[in-house]
Amino acid sequence: MGLRRRGFVALAMAAALAALPACSKDANDGGGGDNSKVEVFSWWTGPGEEDGLAAMIADFQTKNPDIEFVNAAVSGGAGSNAKAILQTRLKDGDAPDSYQRHAGLELQDDIRNGWVSDITSLYDSEGWRDVFPAELLNYLTIDGKLYAVPVNIHRSNLMWFNPKTLKDLGVDEKVPASWSDFLTVAEKIKAKGKTPLAIGPGWTQKHLLENVLLGELGKAGYDGLWNGTTDWTGSEVTEALGVFAKVLEYSDIKAPSADWQPMMDKVVSGDAAFAVMGDWADAYLKGDKGLTVDTDYAVAASPGTDNIFNFLSDSFTLPAQAKNKTAAEAWLKEAGSKSGQDAFNPKKGSVPARTDADPALYTGYLKWGLEQWQGTKDGSIQIVGSLAHGVVANNAWNAEIDTALGLFIEDGDVAKFAATVKQKYEETK
Amino acid sequence: MRRFRRWGPALLLVTPSLLLIGVFVYGFAGWNAKVSTSTSRGYQITDDSVGLDNYQNLLKDERFNMDVRNVLIFTAVFVLGALVTGLVLAMLLDRGVRFESFFRSSFIFPMALSLIAVGIIWRWLLQNGEPAGGLNKLFDDVGLGFLAGDWYNSDSSWAIASIALPAGWALSGYIMALFLAGIRGVPEELREAARVDGANEPRVFWHVVRPMLWPVVMSALVILAHISLKTFDLLLAIVPKGDLALDTPAMYMWFTTFDGGFYGRGATIATLLLAGIAVVIVPYIWYSVRSERRK
Repeated sequence: MGLRRRGFVALAMAAALAALPACSKDANDGGGGDNSKVEVFSWWTGPGEEDGLAAMIADFQTKNPDIEFVNAAVSGGAGSNAKAILQTRLKDGDAPDSYQRHAGLELQDDIRNGWVSDITSLYDSEGWRDVFPAELLNYLTIDGKLYAVPVNIHRSNLMWFNPKTLKDLGVDEKVPASWSDFLTVAEKIKAKGKTPLAIGPGWTQKHLLENVLLGELGKAGYDGLWNGTTDWTGSEVTEALGVFAKVLEYSDIKAPSADWQPMMDKVVSGDAAFAVMGDWADAYLKGDKGLTVDTDYAVAASPGTDNIFNFLSDSFTLPAQAKNKTAAEAWLKEAGSKSGQDAFNPKKGSVPARTDADPALYTGYLKWGLEQWQGTKDGSIQIVGSLAHGVVANNAWNAEIDTALGLFIEDGDVAKFAATVKQKYEETK
Repeated sequence: MRRFRRWGPALLLVTPSLLLIGVFVYGFAGWNAKVSTSTSRGYQITDDSVGLDNYQNLLKDERFNMDVRNVLIFTAVFVLGALVTGLVLAMLLDRGVRFESFFRSSFIFPMALSLIAVGIIWRWLLQNGEPAGGLNKLFDDVGLGFLAGDWYNSDSSWAIASIALPAGWALSGYIMALFLAGIRGVPEELREAARVDGANEPRVFWHVVRPMLWPVVMSALVILAHISLKTFDLLLAIVPKGDLALDTPAMYMWFTTFDGGFYGRGATIATLLLAGIAVVIVPYIWYSVRSERRK
């Protein structure tokens, strides 16, 4: 009897397991939605950016009252969690109706895999070619087509300092004009027992690298690094990399901060004199820390990059497998609209990609930031794209540069680093 | 039919788990091995074969070689440290301290924490630089400043060994429990007999208890070694991303696969990790199957 009951239980379990696969949902081949809703995937869950997204959603709802907005934001890891989840969804054919990516070559794999649709026509119908700087569109155009709408612009080439710290140290309260000037100032600061430059984990080192290269090589030389026209192993780049190595020697890389926020904290507290970080640092210092720009902290273009705007941008795409394509296009139009961008950016702490934004909405650092971005319209400010934030190198090359940079930090071998980066460019094109 | 009655129910009972393990463990491990022989890249699996090219490239890969060296150092320090700490704690508890159950729970407690939490706590405890914080500050405050160090940020190529500290902290309580059970499992009569023969306590331990602890040591060794090889969450929580002095094959696998889209290379590292763990586990399984048969 006992044996028979056990046999019965086993049979029941086997049957239950056999039924399991039947529960899995059918694969979705895209399309098929009724456009009554739009699912938008982003990693905007932090303070500021979440409020910005909410403001843009509210604006979207007043324009499109019939479309329900489904916020599929994923938190954690500055977007790295979101990217891993997004990858799985795209591979499974379960694409959201629109998803966030850094504008530029970060999108290249998606394009090659056929995950996103060409939206060049949207640029023409919405008249976006007239409101986005032409040079920005050059960086967004991949194989002659546009695949994403830039919502905001962040600036990478900024150097932050605390005026009081510099005054106490007896050095000029400004960002040095060039990296060689910086090294002179750094020596003075080091002699007084302070850290000249705060640094954090690997990506902040790459962020510093791109801005040292930009300061040393200028726009033309810097642009050439990413399209093969500047020789990584040439003497100019090698010298610039040597400067980068020297700059690192004046940083606290032996005791780096765990992330960029504690790195900025060191500047605020006066333990470190300078830090190179993008303009999202302003939202942190102003919002989280309650500090005032120009008194508690100050910012200027990083050495040697006056009148150059090293940009990165969050953008939205139209997935090839989006279920609600019309609703998704309505969202993209919102993301590219003046009212949408002016709703989002003051809260996020970035400037609109459009150059016709309302300057009255942008105060503190953003006032200057917006002036600088709008200066790109008449060419008085030049645009270049960021390496660390996905504009100028595809994911594969970027990850290989991470490895090469990590090894360079360990062994300091400039020639090997340059040769590796050059070789990886060819391998990952 | 009568024979089916004998083994049929048992077979039916294990069939579901056999199927699940077959598909989700061995099936996917096999598929992973297949991907490792392809050129898969750019977040796409390609159905080609390049033989062992990925493996050969990895052997020449500077980062991978560093990673292997790091994980070996980490394993050696972590396994030895946890074994010794666990044994010493077990021996102390076995002396019949008061509040034994309180100490026993306290030592095992860290195991209840997620390794991510352990990692974040120890990232703070082991921070270096000025102003001093964590352990360095503690040492300073109690006049042991000379013990302060750079820990995982150290320039030394042995920096990875400091990660063994939190790993050992999390697991040595568990090893203690294994040893305590082992020590308690030695029949009191045997110890008594040795004592009657005039052996002092250290000699009783060495000649009577120690030989009977070998099975425990073997289990502990295997458990620790395979945990060590696949450690990922702890490292991810402690190590500043991109610091290759603290990189391991598991970390390289994750970043190259999901940041760079190098599926082929990632699958190759994963397959090598699996092989590394098999080297530890297969002899153990063989050993335990053989000794069970002997019984």
